[in-house]
Amino acid sequence: MADILTSPHAGADVHHGKEIDYIEAKKGIWSWMSTVDHKRLGLMYFWAVVANFIVGGIFALLVRITLLTGNHGDNYFINAETYNRFFTLHGIVMVFLVIIPSVPAALGNFVLPLMLGAKDVAFPRMNLASFWIYIVGWTMAITAICLGMVDTGWTFYTPYSSTTNGPVSLMALAAFTLGFSSIFTGINFIATVHKLRAPGMGWFDMPLFVWSIYSTSLIQVLATPVVGITLVLLTIERAWGIGVFDASKGGDPVLFQHFFWFYSHPAVYIMILPGMAIISEIIPTFSAKTMFGYKAVAYSSVAIALIGFLVWGHHMFPSGQSQLASLVFSFLTFLVAIPSGIKVFNWLATMWRGNIAMDTPMVWAVSFLLLFTIGGLTGIFLGSLSTDIHLHDTYFVVAHFHYVMMGGTITAFLGGVHYWWPKMFGRMYNEGPAKIAAYLYFIGFNVLFLSQFVMGSNGMPRRYYNYLPEFQPWHIASTVGSWIIAAGLFLALGNLLASLRKPKDAPDNPWKGTTLEWQTQSPPIEHNFHDQPVLHRAPYDYRTPVSVDREIH
Amino acid sequence: MQQQFDASKLGMWLFLATEILLFGVLFVGFGLSQGRWPEEFKQAHHHLDRVLGAFNTVVLLFSSFTMVMAVNSASRSKRKATINYLIVTILCAIAFLVVKYFEYSHKIHEGLLPGQYFTYLASTDPMAKGNSVFFGFYFMMTGLHGFHIFAGVVVLCLLLKETIKGKYNAAYYTPVDLVGLYWHIVDLIWIYLFPLLYLIG
Amino acid sequence: MQATHHDSHHHQHHGEHAHHPHDGFKQYLAVLGALLVLTMITVGASYLDFGAANIVIAVLIATVKASLVALFFMHLKDDNPVNAMILVSCFLFLGLLLTFCLLDIDTRVDESPTGKTPISAQGPPSLGREQTSTDAAPKPRPGWIDTHGGGGHGDGSSAAPAPAGQPQHAPAH
Repeated sequence: MADILTSPHAGADVHHGKEIDYIEAKKGIWSWMSTVDHKRLGLMYFWAVVANFIVGGIFALLVRITLLTGNHGDNYFINAETYNRFFTLHGIVMVFLVIIPSVPAALGNFVLPLMLGAKDVAFPRMNLASFWIYIVGWTMAITAICLGMVDTGWTFYTPYSSTTNGPVSLMALAAFTLGFSSIFTGINFIATVHKLRAPGMGWFDMPLFVWSIYSTSLIQVLATPVVGITLVLLTIERAWGIGVFDASKGGDPVLFQHFFWFYSHPAVYIMILPGMAIISEIIPTFSAKTMFGYKAVAYSSVAIALIGFLVWGHHMFPSGQSQLASLVFSFLTFLVAIPSGIKVFNWLATMWRGNIAMDTPMVWAVSFLLLFTIGGLTGIFLGSLSTDIHLHDTYFVVAHFHYVMMGGTITAFLGGVHYWWPKMFGRMYNEGPAKIAAYLYFIGFNVLFLSQFVMGSNGMPRRYYNYLPEFQPWHIASTVGSWIIAAGLFLALGNLLASLRKPKDAPDNPWKGTTLEWQTQSPPIEHNFHDQPVLHRAPYDYRTPVSVDREIH
Repeated sequence: MQQQFDASKLGMWLFLATEILLFGVLFVGFGLSQGRWPEEFKQAHHHLDRVLGAFNTVVLLFSSFTMVMAVNSASRSKRKATINYLIVTILCAIAFLVVKYFEYSHKIHEGLLPGQYFTYLASTDPMAKGNSVFFGFYFMMTGLHGFHIFAGVVVLCLLLKETIKGKYNAAYYTPVDLVGLYWHIVDLIWIYLFPLLYLIG
Repeated sequence: MQATHHDSHHHQHHGEHAHHPHDGFKQYLAVLGALLVLTMITVGASYLDFGAANIVIAVLIATVKASLVALFFMHLKDDNPVNAMILVSCFLFLGLLLTFCLLDIDTRVDESPTGKTPISAQGPPSLGREQTSTDAAPKPRPGWIDTHGGGGHGDGSSAAPAPAGQPQHAPAH
């Protein structure tokens, strides 16, 4: 550790043994509700995300069960209208309540300041406010669900959304509120990265996780207000019919789509960049090798964030958008492939001739590489103007974005959870079940969504309650896949929870990581580090042998 | 301390960025609709009183000046001057809102509320739609801006309270500075709103 | 307003050190004066008819005013350039949004069987405004879609949920 850190009491730390960690530093429910400790807030986000993930997952399972048959009688136990609500709620819960906060707000809050060697984020109280805003938004969304559900799809497209019944306004305002929470987190992280890096840590000494989260935060700050005001306009349209999006009153419904996707396409990168962030940590650590092309990976995060703003029109090819605009958007869409490709190749190059240890986080990371690559490459079909006209609004699209959003972000999130679990809770989980869970998830995922690629390219439209008999085998395969995934996730969660019953046995640095969060005890003390860490070498430097003598056990 | 101040300022600027984008979307929507209904927008904007609009502009610009002087005084530990400047700023903001109230009630009286409430022109009138869209944007934009002024008044009052208590001095006046930035951005947005709505249409 | 005299004194003492917290009053007053003059100019210009140039003039003047506010009142002149970058990038992103929306709206073509004429040459359907317009030839207008966006779904999205309950046929290939 001496070559990473110098601190006056570096030697003394070894003799400390475990000190009181952040979880036990204060007692009582109020100490959690009013905490400004980024680690505690990270944990609270984490449990909220897990709970919401279960809710969203149940909706997904219900959608798949409905689709076991395409010829529902009148008395099928889920009717068409309920089905519409199920997929809408699945989308809204997963996008706004799970994926967007999953990595940045939950893991990012926990890890980012530790990685920078900081005591906390730049604005701890704003961090707390952001969490409670998230809870308020969550409450509004749940209330909307209880009040009779929303059937617009997560995209709230006008004119349907401005005329349909149901608590659409409340749901839109919930998304607006959640946007605020996300903005505050973004502001906080940007300021933290700018101002609170440890002494000696230049921009290119930051772990790549930080680079990606930083890029994500930039998008959050620049794009979220746009969708915020758009949803407010939708709400006002519903309440008072001012007609900005209503063609019969002189407005333009397609304008809504422009405004919506100006945020929501970059939001796709809000979702995937943090996933990439985690992978950029796991792969060098478990390959015990320096990150290949560090600067290229760092810049590619920023490039993805910026190019992400130039491509939103590819969601609108058949919407009546002009052909010229579609052509330009289609061309620009291909540009995203460049930085994404840079990342994938650099991860592979990092693994090449590395000393690869297939521990659970690495299994998740490799799953990510496979799934994300499929997701990314099928994106090219959809970005191409001509093929998209055929594939638009089919199951091909559904499969594509699930490969990216779930196969990418959720897979990476689960990898990250397994990676940082010892740091967060101070306990090692059981490797065997954890790996089985990861394999089950991987198999189930492909069974579930590969079949949807086939259906989609054969013309099965998305969001339909009924379908032709020829699609039934694929739908059944898809539904079975959803059960395999559910089993895998259930096993993973049970395994992690089971570890919490054990005494705290995790060493400070179980994976021999080189970033700063592994240089403090597991779980960290309330103020993260005993002494301000000073950085002396680049991240992922495995050439200098790491002394891991700070491990207590 | 300086680092804290810098971080707060950076955070505030990022927040202001979100504010600008929030309004910006409305500006973009307004611009696009103006391109679609040029004649109607021209007709509709004559309903706005440019004298009142100009008066409000002057009021806001002046309040920006007093605000920057409040920051300036706070940074030199001049408590009394800070208090005076803050009071003038608050009074300007209230004056702005009062004028806005009269403008609004006049328009509502004329039946210029947008969409389904638009009764100024018969719905069969070919100009009705474009006029209604203009007022849709007018009420959205000035309403959102008015809300920001109102929020500014609340924050300024809190700031005034703390200043009277003597919380701020040359060593620590971050909140005054940050509220100042907020107030200027509200002014800056009006600088664009006024000509586009009142003068060009 | 006792502070005012003080401020001007300090200003003279410290000369050009604009970033110094001691001076300011005179400079700020000058900025206010400039802003008021510009306001008068923009109001005055609006009484004259420059055609389409009116809006350009108004936006230009507004931008000058906004720059004055940002540079002097918001201290960007002497502040960390990162903050100025944030402000500028906001405007760049709004420009982006506007540009791409215009690119779409100004180049839309009617794909309906009635013809491949640019929508902008037809004017919005069912309006009848062109007849009452004083222009002899209909002015080219951006082609806004005036139908309900039935076909308008983005990927990752779809406007109206599927008309449930009826068996659906796969689209022809």
